[in-house]
Order: sequence, then structure tokens, then C-alpha cells
Amino acid sequence: MTGLQLQKLEIRQGDRVLVSLDVEVAPGEVLTVMGASGSGKSTLLAAVIGTLPRDFTMTGQIVLNGVDVTALPTRARKMGILFQDDVLFPHLSVGGNLGFGLPARTRNRTERIDAGLEEMGLAGFAARDPATLSGGQRARVALLRALLANPEALLLDEPFSRLDTELREQIRTLVLTHARALSLPLVLVTHDAEDARAATGPVVTPLGQAVHL
Amino acid sequence: MTPGKVATGTGTAGTGTAGGRLLRLMPGLTLWLLAVPVLAGFAGTLAPAFGFDPLSGTGPGLAAFTTLAQWPGLRAAAWLSVTSGVGSTLLALLISLGVVATLIGRPGFATVQRLLSPLLSVPHAAAALGLAFLIAPSGWTARALSPWATGWMQPPDLLILNDPAGLALTLGLVAKETPFLLLMILAALPQTDARQRMTVAASLGYGRLAGFALTVLPALYAQLRLPVYAVLAYAMTAVEMAMILGPTLPPSLSVQVVTWATEPNLAHRGTAAAAALLQVVLVVGVLGLWRMGEMGVRRLVRHAARSGWRAARVDATLQPVLLGLALTPALALAAGLAGLSVWSVAGLWSFPDAWPEDLTLATWTRAAPGLWQASITSLTLALTATLAALVLALACLEAEHRFGLNPQAWVLWLLYLPLIVPQVAFLPGLQMLALSTGAIGGWAAVAAVHGVFVLPYVFLSVSAPYRAWDDRIAVQGAALGASAARVFWRLRLPMLLTPVLTAAAVGMAVSVGQYLPTLLIGGGRVETLTTEAVALSSGGNRRVIGAYALLQMALPAIAFGIALALPRLIYAKRRGMGVV
Repeated sequence: MTGLQLQKLEIRQGDRVLVSLDVEVAPGEVLTVMGASGSGKSTLLAAVIGTLPRDFTMTGQIVLNGVDVTALPTRARKMGILFQDDVLFPHLSVGGNLGFGLPARTRNRTERIDAGLEEMGLAGFAARDPATLSGGQRARVALLRALLANPEALLLDEPFSRLDTELREQIRTLVLTHARALSLPLVLVTHDAEDARAATGPVVTPLGQAVHL
Repeated sequence: MTPGKVATGTGTAGTGTAGGRLLRLMPGLTLWLLAVPVLAGFAGTLAPAFGFDPLSGTGPGLAAFTTLAQWPGLRAAAWLSVTSGVGSTLLALLISLGVVATLIGRPGFATVQRLLSPLLSVPHAAAALGLAFLIAPSGWTARALSPWATGWMQPPDLLILNDPAGLALTLGLVAKETPFLLLMILAALPQTDARQRMTVAASLGYGRLAGFALTVLPALYAQLRLPVYAVLAYAMTAVEMAMILGPTLPPSLSVQVVTWATEPNLAHRGTAAAAALLQVVLVVGVLGLWRMGEMGVRRLVRHAARSGWRAARVDATLQPVLLGLALTPALALAAGLAGLSVWSVAGLWSFPDAWPEDLTLATWTRAAPGLWQASITSLTLALTATLAALVLALACLEAEHRFGLNPQAWVLWLLYLPLIVPQVAFLPGLQMLALSTGAIGGWAAVAAVHGVFVLPYVFLSVSAPYRAWDDRIAVQGAALGASAARVFWRLRLPMLLTPVLTAAAVGMAVSVGQYLPTLLIGGGRVETLTTEAVALSSGGNRRVIGAYALLQMALPAIAFGIALALPRLIYAKRRGMGVV
């Protein structure tokens, strides 16, 4: 069984149900979760990535490629995440950031990093200070870092919403292309209808209702 | 953990591993390490007051209190402890609040922030010695004014230093405590959105000081309470400052306790214990009165807020007064420290010359062996105590983060315990404990007791930046497959390099400045720059005193210098780290 399954996933805070989903995301497919802020979107992502705060209670299972990851810590879930900001580590160079993502047993680390940078149109950027990069360049480094860790799924938390419209479209296409090429199931959380349309997959609210764009 | 019920703090918890289990124990262990010496020492100090003394073999009784009551200096000594303590705390609080109220949102604010660390890092003994050199009848002030203004050709026979009212002592305490309170205010300020409140108050027509007092102060003081109590307790029971600047006949109560407790024949240990208990009662009583004062001021502030009095014209008169009040101790301290340096290289320097006839390194050369020895001892003690404190503090904070612990309010109180319980009330008892276990005079025992005082400062210094660290970085690291340990070592610690090094420098400064713990637990055999400087202070060889005091200042200053320079060096090419 491949892909990402959220099986009867329900998250409550006290009596309030924030998330109620029973869905399957096939490899290369995008599930978009839309809703206003405070609707439980980030709660859902926190649950999937494994950082749900203690005051929430969760039932149901999260299964990735046939493995129940519900009780696994974040680092063992093999899910990459891209936040609203790029969250590049400011004390490491671009190459250092990418090396952090690359699994420890990987050989030819420098070559892998350089090849990845070239593919992203950032050839020769390994020694650069992330703080000197443009917004688009930083976004691409963040994506590359996530991909170098060999994830089996990708989660997007209103990704790149700080970028201007044109750049944002560019980066979105880049992320979707790479995710599809690697056959990664993808969960996109957003409040932006444009994001949802571009993703071309099913669009639901955190409570599982279909959204018609 | 049952499947389907996830409750991890960040999902990175290493609960299963041995390291994770050890880490989980650290907060509890740390609190024990803080509380046990203080409480055991307190009990050990008090027992002889009621006649329980294994060394003198007396039975239970109240004889010690009778002896204490018969001491003719008792009333004056106790009263001095109250007046100098309350007076200096009130002044220091007023000055630091006034400075912050005046400077919020103005360019001078950053200057004050930069000046704080060097001022804070000056040990109490060095500050007191500097001030003594400045205001003594033969000091720099008298020299600068003589003979043209005063007509003095000989140092006058005046009790300016060691004055019976304790004014010199109060000045010294204000000079040392104001920077500490300022630092605490600056740390608490971001959580009060002071600038917005001040802007709202100003837009409603309120003056700057009134706006601060009515809108910022109530929120600020809630977080300032513990530091203020620590300052008050310290000021009431200060030992080395009172020895150098305070009156002598009688001295302050805490100095008398130390005199009795360190008498070689142990005859006055009971009296010392009784006096220490009295000191504790005085501190508790004054803290109680202060608390009532707080409530009174709060009612006053609420009443003033309702009355709608804008006090807009008060600023023009009060701000220069506050500035003068703030500058006097700061400048006195700076001049005093400059005086120490000049004395250490002075050749012949007779009264009333304002400058020595020649400058020479003779003092330094002659005292070099002793200076070197004491510096090495001070440095190794400080490094050991600071490293241990840093490890414990970081382990506690990391455990808090990984296991989602929520420290209760009483934990903070416990952390402040060694700062609020007077040193004279628990160190003599610890000394007895060290005596009976044979640990006395040992370097390790002194390092351990330094750690008890270093840990709270290190923890308070590093905890705010540690908790403020962007948690998404940990999530991002974990999502990339990093373990909790890897996130700590490769991401969190390197990113927090500046606050960690600053906390280490604070710890070094605290350890280097320790006088009473070193004296009592070291049994007089562990000689640091501080114990030597204080011991020399009664002798009057200003050149040697200057050299010791200068080195005593230099060690913490170097530590702060490293804390400032190293991150800039390491992260010279990382603009995102905000150090260059």
C-alpha cells in the first residue's frame, strides 16, 4: 500500500473537534486543506508531522507507504516540511544547510549538494551565507534541503506566502513538479484559492468537507 | 505511548534512550543541588544559636542570645543593616526605573544597554575599593580639591569613609545594584509592550514619567519582584562592601557575624549563629514591610490613574534630577576604578598631589608571584563553577523543551533561594559541615559552593533566549531526520552561541567576585584575587590593593570580551546571526 493515509483522523481540543479527516493521498497526488486561520489547518499539519501539543487529543492513524507512523517521532516519519518562511539555519552556509538534510551515510556529499544546487539554478551557491540570498533563492534552497533528506511525503504549510505573486507561482510549480517526479504524496495547507487551484487535487476543509473553488 | 494518542512536546523527544531518561532527571537534580546546600547550611548555622554545638559540647539553651543581647553594638549594627539595605535598594530601584522611563524609545537606550555588562562585571570588592580610594580623606576627591579649595596639606581627620551612618556603604551598594536592576528591567521589558503603552499614554496627553509609572510599571514590577527582593536581601547583608566602606565600631551586623564565625577559638560560634538568626529575622521583616509598601504604591498608582492627572510638566524637573542620581554612582565607580589603576602603577604620590610623581611597574613586579597564584586560583574556580552551572542550566532547559515541562512559579523562587537567603545565614553552617567532613580548605568544595551562587545567575541569563528560540527550527531539523541530540548540538547550541557565552561570562564574574563563600569554605587556605584584595584592604598599601582589585576586574572583563568577540569572529560571514 503506497501513499499517505489519514485514517479516521480526529483531533479535539477539549470538546471542540478541530480536524476530522479520512482520506488517502496517492503518490504524486496533492491533497489541499483549505480554511480560514484558526480552523485547524496548522493543527492537522502538526499532527501529521508529529508535533501536536499536549492539550490536543488525537484518534485515528497516520499511515505512510504501509507503515503506521502515528506513534513515531518526527525524525523517523520520513516527511519533509516546508514552512511559510524558509527556516534556513542562519548559522550554516547554503551547503551546510543542504548537508544537514542529506542522510549521514550518503557518499559523495559535496557532489550531491553541488548537483542539487545546479538543478535548482543555484550553481556555485554552496559557500554562500543564506542571509545574502533573495526570497526565491532561499525558497529553492529550502525545497532542495527537504528533498535531499529522501522524504516519502512532503507537507507544505502555506509555503512561500511571503513571496510576491509571480515568484510564488514559479516556486509553487517547481515544488509540484519535483514532488510529482519523485512520486511523493503531498499535503498542502493554505488559505489561498490560487494555491489550491494550481495543486489540481482534491480540496477539503480540516473537517473533511469538499471545497468547490 | 499508545498508537493514536500522541502527546510529544515537539515530536523529537528522546524518551526511550538512556540519555533521554538522564536528561529528564536534570531539572529535579539541579533544584536539589541548589536547595540542599542552602537549607542544610541554614540548619547548621542555626543549631549553635540554641546551644546545639557538637564542637563545643554545650547543651541546648538560649545563652547565645543573652551574649548577643549584651553586645553593646547590637542596636547600631542591626539598624545599619536596615538603613543601608533599604536606602540603597530604594535608590537603585528609583534610578533604574527612572533611567528606563526616560530613555525608552530614545537613542540613549542602546548606550545604556552597552554600558551595563562592563558595570555588572565589576566585583563588589573592587567597586568598594575603588570608591574608598575616591572618597577617603586622602583619596582622589580630596586631592583634587586640595590645597586650593580646602587648604588641606595633610589628609583631614574626617570620617568620610566608614562613616557611622553608612552613607559611603549605601553609595557603594547603589553603584553595584543599579546595573543589576537595569539588566533585569531590560530583560522583562519586552513582555510588557512598553513602547506601545507609552505611546498610547503620550497620545492621551500623559507625561513620560507618569505614562511609564501608570501604564508600564504595574506589569513590569510583577516580573521585577524577585530580583528586587534579592537586591534588598543582599544589600542588607553585604559583607565585603560593608568591610571596606561601612562603619567599623560597630560594623554592620553581617560583618560582625563573620568576625565571630571566623574567630579561631570557636568561642563565639553560638553568638555568631544567634546574630545570623537575627539577621534573617531582620531580612524577613523588612521583606514583609517592603511587600506592604508595594501594595501601598499599587493603590496609589491605581488611584492616580483614575484621577486623570497627566503630570506632563513633572518631566522637565524630574528628569534632570534622575539623570544626576543615575550619573553620580556610575561616575564615582568609574573614577574609583581609574584610581585603582593609577595607584597600581604609582611611584611616589604624596598628599595633596592629584597625580603621582612618576609611574612604575615596580608594584606589579614585586607582587607578581602572589598575583599570579591568586589569578590562577580565581580563574580555575570560575571556569569549573561556570562550566558545571552551564551544563546544568542547559540540561534543564533542554529537558523542559523536549518533555514539554512547564516550570511552576515556586521553581523560580527556589532558583532565587541562594540570592535571597543571606550568605551569613547559611555559609557558617556549610563551613561546619565542611569541617566535619574534612572537605574544608579543599579546592573542590570551594568550586562547589561557588557553583551554588553561579547557577542562578547563569540560568536566569540563558533561559530567556533559550526559550525564545524559534521552535520551527527544531521541527525542521527533525523533519530532515535529525535526532533530538543532533538538533541540540548542531542547531540550537550554535545558534545560541552569543547568549550561552554571555551567560558564561556572567557566571565567571559572579564566581570571581565571591568573597564570603571562598573565605569560609576555603578555611582561609584558598586564596583568590577577591579574598586577597579584601584582606589587604585593611592594611592600606594602596598600590598592591590596586593591583589585586584591577586583576579582579580584568578576569570578568576578559570573559565578557570573549563573549562579545567570539560570535563575531565565528559568524563573520553569517548576517542572519545578527552579530555582524
